[in-house]
Amino acid sequence: MEEESNVTSSPSTRLRHRKRSSTTEAVLDGNPSPLLVNDQNKYKSFMVRTYSTIWMIGGFVMVVYMGHLYITAMVLVIQIFMAKELFNLLRKAPEDKCLPGIKHLNWHFFFTAMLFVYGRILSQRLANTVTADQFLYRLVSGLIKYHMAICYFLYIIGFMWFILTLKKKMYKYQFGQYAWTHMILIVVFTQSSFTVANIFEGIFWFLLPASLIIINDIFAYIFGFFFGRTPLIKLSPKKTWEGFIGASVTTIISAFFLANIMGRFPWLTCPRQDLSTGWLQCDADPLFKPEPFTLPAWIPGWFPWKEMEVLPVQWHALCLGLFASIIAPFGGFFASGFKRAFKIKDFGDSIPGHGGITDRMDCQMVMAVFAYIYLQSFIVSQSVSVDKILDQILTNLTLEEQQALFTRLGQMIGYS
Amino acid sequence: MHKENTGDAPSAHTPRVRHHRKRNTDVVAGAGKPNGSHLLVNDSSKYKSFLVRAYSTVWMIGGFALIVYLGHLYITAMVVVIQIFMARELFNLLRKTHEDKQLPGFRLLNWHFFFTAMLFVYGRILSQRLVNTVTPDKVLYRLVTSLIKYHMAICYSLYISGFVWFILTLKKKMYKYQFSQYAWTHMILIVVFTQSSFTVANIFEGIFWFLLPASLIVINDIFAYICGFFFGRTPLIKLSPKKTWEGFIGASITTMISAFLLADIMGRFLWLTCPREDLSTGWLQCDPGPLFKQETHALPGWISNWLPWKEIYVLPVQWHALCLGLFASIIAPFGGFFASGFKRAFKVKDFGDSIPGHGGITDRMDCQMVMAVFAYIYHQSFVVPESLSVDKLLDQIITNLTLEEQQALFMKLGQVLQEKVIGS
Repeated sequence: MEEESNVTSSPSTRLRHRKRSSTTEAVLDGNPSPLLVNDQNKYKSFMVRTYSTIWMIGGFVMVVYMGHLYITAMVLVIQIFMAKELFNLLRKAPEDKCLPGIKHLNWHFFFTAMLFVYGRILSQRLANTVTADQFLYRLVSGLIKYHMAICYFLYIIGFMWFILTLKKKMYKYQFGQYAWTHMILIVVFTQSSFTVANIFEGIFWFLLPASLIIINDIFAYIFGFFFGRTPLIKLSPKKTWEGFIGASVTTIISAFFLANIMGRFPWLTCPRQDLSTGWLQCDADPLFKPEPFTLPAWIPGWFPWKEMEVLPVQWHALCLGLFASIIAPFGGFFASGFKRAFKIKDFGDSIPGHGGITDRMDCQMVMAVFAYIYLQSFIVSQSVSVDKILDQILTNLTLEEQQALFTRLGQMIGYS
Repeated sequence: MHKENTGDAPSAHTPRVRHHRKRNTDVVAGAGKPNGSHLLVNDSSKYKSFLVRAYSTVWMIGGFALIVYLGHLYITAMVVVIQIFMARELFNLLRKTHEDKQLPGFRLLNWHFFFTAMLFVYGRILSQRLVNTVTPDKVLYRLVTSLIKYHMAICYSLYISGFVWFILTLKKKMYKYQFSQYAWTHMILIVVFTQSSFTVANIFEGIFWFLLPASLIVINDIFAYICGFFFGRTPLIKLSPKKTWEGFIGASITTMISAFLLADIMGRFLWLTCPREDLSTGWLQCDPGPLFKQETHALPGWISNWLPWKEIYVLPVQWHALCLGLFASIIAPFGGFFASGFKRAFKVKDFGDSIPGHGGITDRMDCQMVMAVFAYIYHQSFVVPESLSVDKLLDQIITNLTLEEQQALFMKLGQVLQEKVIGS
């Protein structure tokens, strides 16, 4: 049965919604035909889910309108709630009573990880924000220089604290919790730091992947609703091949068109070089300049356009769409398998009718990491030019450093 | 009781060229023997095991010195070999053979992730040096720079294939075992590769930065054993019942003093102090930098009345060595406590049995791992001059510009710098 959602609730905390055409509940209830197509109450839960989706998407659009810093804040809040859910998940109450301070240790590691990860990603932009003030600039530069040492120091303190609080007969539980904490922090922070890095490269690179995941889920649900017959994977019995294929085709097509729409707004395409919140102006990257594209000859004669204006970024969007439809759902399968392995129904219950935040974010996490790596490997390098780097060299380095770089560059390319 | 070290010691010198760390602790002793006094001081057969351990220590230190003589690339190879054995020990540790029979290909998945992690971590650390090695050849240079450019994407694709493979091989009723093994694999790879990559990074900054921390850990252990042997009375921590406060304090003092003196000795050899900029194996020439140039310190009046010297010659690096020594004696032993606690938690006697009489490789490496990470971070934060931006920009240049663009940049930068020099 679909989880009945009690609806209007929290538009503020959940700005993401992903319709899923599967629940583990159906299997746990022993329902003989878990496919959505055969579910009698599906129309009612459909209306209810649509209502909360509209609220969440509305809230999400508003945060995007307000800007980079607000989106980052939203990501941070989501990540804190996700970490809290996951920390609580495998905790056992009676053992915890004998171990006062174990929760504090978890949050200590959380804070250290946050400092480490966001420090690395945002250090350059933080430095750019405080250039006006000499004193602040020195302070920030000093912090950036010793950033790794500070984080390491905090980590070692946590490590020693952990060892000194090991209690006889509780060793296995404590080591298990320690490992679990590390895994959670790695999963949560990798993807949220990459998400924030994407945001500062241009909201486009955050909004497009996130939207593709949402579209993929919504259309998988819709196709499964009307046409779903063949089960897809044992892990998620409500998913069907029809839903999967229909959603893939839709996602790839919408990736192409969404990229065109989104690529026209400088608010979405300009990178932000510091931590300000005002309006953005920038030179449009060649990726976002329209180019004429002649349709290949095999397109049938009745098609009205022979030429289209295509932004080069739309081709990249096709790759993102392909990943979002084929690989990103594996994040959802992983989460389903995990819940079965540890016999839990949902990761949490903060979103009424949908489970916890992690339930909503599982595919988004896989997509965010891919988007970041794709961006860094295939896109950023194209926008770096000789002049831009020369500019950076001349503005950021002292004369000695420039000469040192010159010598090393010469050695590297073979002129001694 | 100590693990009795019979005559197996000499055979053990080939695969392990890392020296031997004498421990005056033994988990087995604490694990339930009714012996009320398991301190080493009271152990009557201790003299025999002492001789046997000393013998194997000498072999191991000898092998280690040989490798250091051979050079950076050979030390790196040794580190890689040690890390492969360590990973294999740890992979096998929490495996259950019964479940494994039903999951063919699961071990292969572990090695897939191992290979991906190795590619990722060593790729990042050694990329600059690899580039420097292939500079004469244009074709290889282009190949290497494009590999570096797409390095992250390649490693990510490998990881995602492993991830997808894992999900497709999930088997009903085995979910919990498979997920735990997956988490365990990740934890092992993180622990093993963080410290080994930092170790390799230290090596290429100068063998000094690898040799000094490693020696300090060895010295700390040997003297903790010796001081515990003769004076140990007060137990230190419940996790390791054979460790004593006397051993701990005696070892700390000895370690700090030897750090100061060892840094002086090691700092005089160019082979140890020069960084290696590429992957060659030949002799090294360099200007070691101000850290390794002697400075004279006049001793304050009240000391010079006692001692015959009026001044001492100190290499500035010796002050850094004091910090390393402090960490090695106070904090690094926590790596040993962590390993002991872990073995108790999972009721394992040793991590493996590849080293006869000593357990597995992880048993020997637990404190070394903590020290290697600290040495790397200390070196990057406090020793390396502020040339990080130069490195970052060079990185950007390598990954983002083609060879022609790099040459163009070189020309333009040359012109600008010439104008500045002429104009000033």
